[in-house]
Parts: sequence; structure tokens; C-alpha cells
Amino acid sequence: MISKHDIVIVGAGLAGLRAAVECTDQADVAVVSKVYPTRSHSGTAQGGITATLGNEEEDHWEWHFFDTVKGGDYLSDQDVVEIMVKDAPRGIYELEHMGVPFSRTPEGKIAQRNFGGHTREYGKKPVKRACYAADHTGRVVLDTLFDQCLRHRVKFYAEHYVLSLVFDGGICAGLVTYDLATGELHFMRAKAVLLATGGCGKIYKTTSNGFATTGEMFNLAYQSGIPLEDMEFIQFHPTGLYPLGILVSEAARGEGGILRNSLGERFMERYAPTIKDLAARDVVSRAILTEIREGRGIGGKDYVHLDLTHLGEKKISEKLWEITSFVKNYVGVDPVHAPIPVQPTCHYIMGGIPTDPDGRVLNDEKGSVVQGLYGAGECACVSVHGANRLGCNSLLDLIVFGRRSGIAMKGDIARYDHRPIGDDPLKSAGAKIAKLWNPKGPGKIDSLRQRMQSLMMEYGSVFRDEEGLKKGIEGIRSLKERYAGAGVADQGKVFNYALMEAIELGHQLDLAELILTSALYRKESRGAHFRNDFPERDDRNYLKHTLVFPTPYGPDVKYKPVKITRFQPATRIY
Amino acid sequence: MELKMKIFRFDPRKDEKPRYQTFAVDAQPTDRLLDCLNRIRWEQDPTLSFRMSCAHGVCGSDGMRINGICGLPCQKLVKDFKDEVLLEPMPVFRVIKDLVVDLDLFFEKYNSIKPYLLTRTPAPEQERKQSPEEQAKLEESIRCILCACCTASCPVNQKKETEKYVGPAALVRAFRYLFDSRDEGSEERIALLGHKDGAWGCQTLWKCTEVCPKKIPVTKQIGQIKRRIHEARRPPK
Repeated sequence: MISKHDIVIVGAGLAGLRAAVECTDQADVAVVSKVYPTRSHSGTAQGGITATLGNEEEDHWEWHFFDTVKGGDYLSDQDVVEIMVKDAPRGIYELEHMGVPFSRTPEGKIAQRNFGGHTREYGKKPVKRACYAADHTGRVVLDTLFDQCLRHRVKFYAEHYVLSLVFDGGICAGLVTYDLATGELHFMRAKAVLLATGGCGKIYKTTSNGFATTGEMFNLAYQSGIPLEDMEFIQFHPTGLYPLGILVSEAARGEGGILRNSLGERFMERYAPTIKDLAARDVVSRAILTEIREGRGIGGKDYVHLDLTHLGEKKISEKLWEITSFVKNYVGVDPVHAPIPVQPTCHYIMGGIPTDPDGRVLNDEKGSVVQGLYGAGECACVSVHGANRLGCNSLLDLIVFGRRSGIAMKGDIARYDHRPIGDDPLKSAGAKIAKLWNPKGPGKIDSLRQRMQSLMMEYGSVFRDEEGLKKGIEGIRSLKERYAGAGVADQGKVFNYALMEAIELGHQLDLAELILTSALYRKESRGAHFRNDFPERDDRNYLKHTLVFPTPYGPDVKYKPVKITRFQPATRIY
Repeated sequence: MELKMKIFRFDPRKDEKPRYQTFAVDAQPTDRLLDCLNRIRWEQDPTLSFRMSCAHGVCGSDGMRINGICGLPCQKLVKDFKDEVLLEPMPVFRVIKDLVVDLDLFFEKYNSIKPYLLTRTPAPEQERKQSPEEQAKLEESIRCILCACCTASCPVNQKKETEKYVGPAALVRAFRYLFDSRDEGSEERIALLGHKDGAWGCQTLWKCTEVCPKKIPVTKQIGQIKRRIHEARRPPK
């Protein structure tokens, strides 16, 4: 099947839906999603979305600017950070006007809470900057944006899985999807394609990410010749529920929760003397794993305690209802009366598909634009988060740059036509699938995936070194060889998830190699990338963005400069 | 421990009618039923189809009937089941394959209640004011994850002659907008909801409330909608 739209958006999370809402007045917009739109992973965001509204206490965008840059260990491009933090209040009021049911202050304004790394007066003490709706902020923003899309009659292709991006003379001309319900291939021609598909946490064994967050769009872009930026920066959220890795929001610490080791010590006092438990996530995750490594995990196991017992039942049940229900259900602990077992969990990738401030995908270190292709949200790297994202800055990134991409697309398409392409893209996508049929396939895909997830935990997570990264790359390469001989036996056309997972694994293995390779080449420690063999930040040699390019001989690593406008790199202590 | 899972199977490609298949899964007591389903698909039968994503009761993908009661297998732990678990697709909806059902009608009904804020007055420069008490009224309803367990469990929706009833999930969302102090569309909403296939379709049978994975007091909220409609339509004294 072949169809034609002005704009096709891949991904129905906050970035994709925000972009869709922006374009409907001037363009025919379709949204493609591998899951039903309301199942998108943005919905699991809990704690909030940042903006310097100053509803609870004095706050300024300059402070937010500084915190974001410091949080990113000075790798953020400061021109885009400035755009984001200045646009934040407008973006939040807009969401509120759309109907987002934010929690409120006694005066009826949007309520705000503390969150890690967000401070007043350039690091002096925590500031209440995160706007929230209890601890289901992502969910209610997702619902509101989905509802807005219904109102504006956005066309959804739900449960369509993208097989390939289609290019014509270097210009993006659309994409081919696989309709999970029917097994039919669908070539969607478009003047503009926005990639807004979220992260790739499922490459790791312990993750807060859902099953759908496999990251194939990173690799489809890469296979099309587009470099990926800063892929070594993978955020481990400090408080994943042990042992599942489900997110326990930073809001728990924002509301006063305290991390404790087996001795009952508030150990963050040693690692971040000023803002303690509210330090940036990379700092807290390393602290927790250091405590565990030095034998102060609870009962000698791989977790510490997140203590909320002093907050009282009312606060916990009103502001942290969701996480309370997870903790009670999955580990049988009532946070009102007992501490929560937590461990760092793979949560977010700071890197991704490089874009300009309006979502246009960039092709090289010089900033050449790929006509027709856009990116926003976690899969993109505009780079606001640098080497480590602050909590609640991701939802902000999604709505600010989702909207900007929408505006850019509806402006740009006036100059573009649909490219004259026949049904060749359908044939080559069909051939891709045919290659995967293999009667000996069953069982293999799963064991390869498990092996990959373990390798990435062992060599590519919070602490890294050259030897391990090399072992990891070697391991992933041998899995890729084995993958080439695997496949799926069942040729069923209706909801054939085994087929989808087999395709996903191919992309995941490629991505795993790119992450480890980018990490191997960065011989310093910065933000979420920590090298035991190079434990210091090295601004002289590595104050630059990694760009990994596809070549016939494998990934080729290059660099591009960081844009520094206001804050010169300084020592990062919390 | 070993858990037996008896699963409803239907493949439109080869089955004329549904059948049941039992799998034995080696499981830890703290595993989720969803983990067991995944293990079956990964290790025993790759053709088994079911939806899932977040695996902790937020995305709403994996609604199904578990021992006859609609729920989310990602919220259920193995230790709470004895020997054998029966897994079937949600009723009310057409089965597409195995545990996957067609939710188009569910979302059409959802869309029919105008699930968005209706306003006439221009938005202020900053936020529209709302007191914490006004916001608190919405707090339970905005937990809804659209998993469809309530609508699938509703005896009214299950009956052919009343299948047009919009159903509890759509009404929870209607509640969320009708009782939002910022919404100015109550007349329109009352017209949309005040008929036999709208709020009056509810026969107060409580099944929705019993099954809701997010513990939303669904029946109570529908009751409040009915009351609101009744008050709006009462002739002025």
C-alpha cells in the first residue's frame, strides 16, 4: 500500500504528539507508532516538567540555564539550552491551557517541587522548579496531547512498525512500515518525516524503559548515512525499584526522601555536601554503586534504601500515589512504614540523531541539513542535556523541541514536493523481512538478546574502562555474527511479535556497538560517562561532541565542538 | 516453582474456532504473570500474541482476562496464583489473535465524549487558576490508563442489545473534563452524556470499579455525572 501525507511523524510520545498538534492547521499530518499512541513511554514519566515559573519561590531562567549546563558537565550546547529554558514557562502555560491537570498551590497556581540538580543562585540550594501532577506527570501530559490530536483529527497509524526510511538523492521521501495487525507493508510518502521515537534502554538488562523502547530509529538513521552524536552518554537513574528496575521517581527525593546504606547512613552527604540526595543523577548513581562496591549495600546485596518513612502518610499518598502502588505491589513494601530497595537502572540516552534547534537532522560535523528529515525528543540530540540530563528537563525538551520541529516542518514543506518514487521501497523492505525467515530460528533471538543485555550491563553501564569496553565490543560483534544466522520460523502475518523482536534485535546490536565504540574513544570521565582508567574530566582534549559515522569498515568516530556562550567549564561539585 | 498457564489461542489464519493450550513455566514467586507470558513466547511458542509495553501498569497495553477477571498481567505476581492460571482475551471486543483484541470501537467511544477541555474565554497569559481542592476532584480519574478492563467487564457492554453504551472508560474521561473547573463546555457535555447510551446506560453494577487496575472509583464517578445531568435538567424552582 502507498499513501501520501505532507508530514509523517514517527512516535506518539510527547515530542511526536506536540509536533503533530502544532502542524495540523497547515498540513496533512499522520502519526505512526509501533504501539497504540496512549501506550507511549512518555506516559511513564513521573516527577514533573521544569520551568522557572517561580510559583513556589524565586526562580530565574539564568539559574535553570546554569543548572542544565552544569548538570550536563559542560557538554550541552549552550545556545539551545538558552532557547529551552527561556521557552519553558510559555510551554508549560500552553500545556495548562490545553488542559493538563497540574497539581496546584494554595493560590491556584501550578505547583512546583524540588528535583535533582535544580538550584537557586547557581548551586546554593535546591529550588522548586518542577511542575507536576502528583507522580503521573508524563501520563497526564501524554493523555492531554493525545486528546488534542483527536480534537484536531490527526491521522494515526497505530501498531505500525517502521522498517525503513526512504531517501531520494539524499532527501528523505518517506518511510515503509509493517502493519502489525495485517502484516502488510505500507509506503508512506511525505515531504517531511519527524523521528520522535524515544530511547533505547532495552539494550540493557536493568532498565526503567518499556519493551517498546528498543531504539531502531537511531539505527535506521545511522544506516542511512547519518552520524549519531554523543551515544556514550547513557543515564542510569539512581532509584530503580530493586530488582525490577522500574522507575521510582526522583520526586520521592524531591519531596524529602533520603538514600541510606546498610549502616543507615545518609551517604549522599559525603558525595554531594551541599544538595545531598538532590545531586545530579550520574553523581547519585555512582555514589550508590560505590556504597554497594564497598560492602554497604543492604544485607550485602546490590541495593540501598530510599527512605520516605519520615514524610508521613498524607504526603506520600497524595503526592507519590503511583510509586507507592508499584512498591507495595512488586516488593510488598509500604513506603509509609519501611524503606524502598533501590538500585541504579538504565533510564535515558543523552545522545542521538543530531539536529539543529528546529529539529532539522544534521548530516555531518559541519552542520549540513538532511532535507525532509527531522528529529525531536530522546532519539534526537539537539544537545541540551550534554553528558547528563537533569530530571524533569526531558519532558521540557519534548514539548519545546517537539513544537519547534512542528513549526519548522510546516514552514519548510511549502518549498518541498513529494519525491517521485514508485514502489521500490516496498520491494526492498519486503526483501529485508524475507531474509529473516528461518525455520531454525526459534529460541535464538531471545538468548542473543539476553546476552547483549548482560554484556552492556557488564561493560557499558555506570563504570567503564578500556579493557571492558573492548571485551564488550568483541562480544557484541560475535553476537552480530550469530544474529546473521538466526531468524524467525513463524511467517504469520497477524501480530507476529516474534518477527518484530527479531528486527529490533538487529538494530539493538548495531546500537550497542556504537555506544561502546563511542565510549571507548572518549578517554575521560564526564557526566554519565565514567572511565575507571580516566577518572577526571579532560576539557583540553574532550570538550567536544562525539559523532560516530557509518563506513563500510564499521563505525568511524569524529568530533565537533561544543557551543559555549555563557558558562565556561568549571569544577562540578554538588 | 512451576506455574501452569492455560491460554486462549486463536489464529485467524488457521483456526476455525478458538482453542486452549496449556504451558508449564518455571517461575519465581515474585515474577509477574507478564514475565511468564514472555518466557512462553521466547522459549516455547513464538507464535503466541499479546500486547505489552511498560510492564508496570502505566501504559495500559496488556489488559486480558485472568481467571475470568479482567486485569493486567504486569501487575499480577506468580505467588498469588495456585498451580494453574487461565488467560483469555478481554470480552466485549473482537478477538484478532490469541490475547489481542480490536480496540478501535473502544477508542471511537472514547473520542465520542469530546475528551478535551472546552473553553470559551480566552486563555490568560499565565495559567488558568484552579484551587488544590478543585484539582483534587480530578486526581483519581486522571490515573486512568485506558486499558479497557472496566469496559470489557461491564455487563451492559457485554449484552448485545446495549452494546452501544459508551462504557465506563469513556465516562471516566468525561468525568475528568466535566468536573474540571476550567472547562466551560458543560452544556455540550451534558447533551453528549445525558441519554441511554451515555451515562444513563450505566446500571450501577460495580464491575468496573471492582476490576480497575488503578483503583479509580469508576461507578461513583459515573454516579456523579448522572447527578450533574439531573441537576442541570431540573426545572428551576
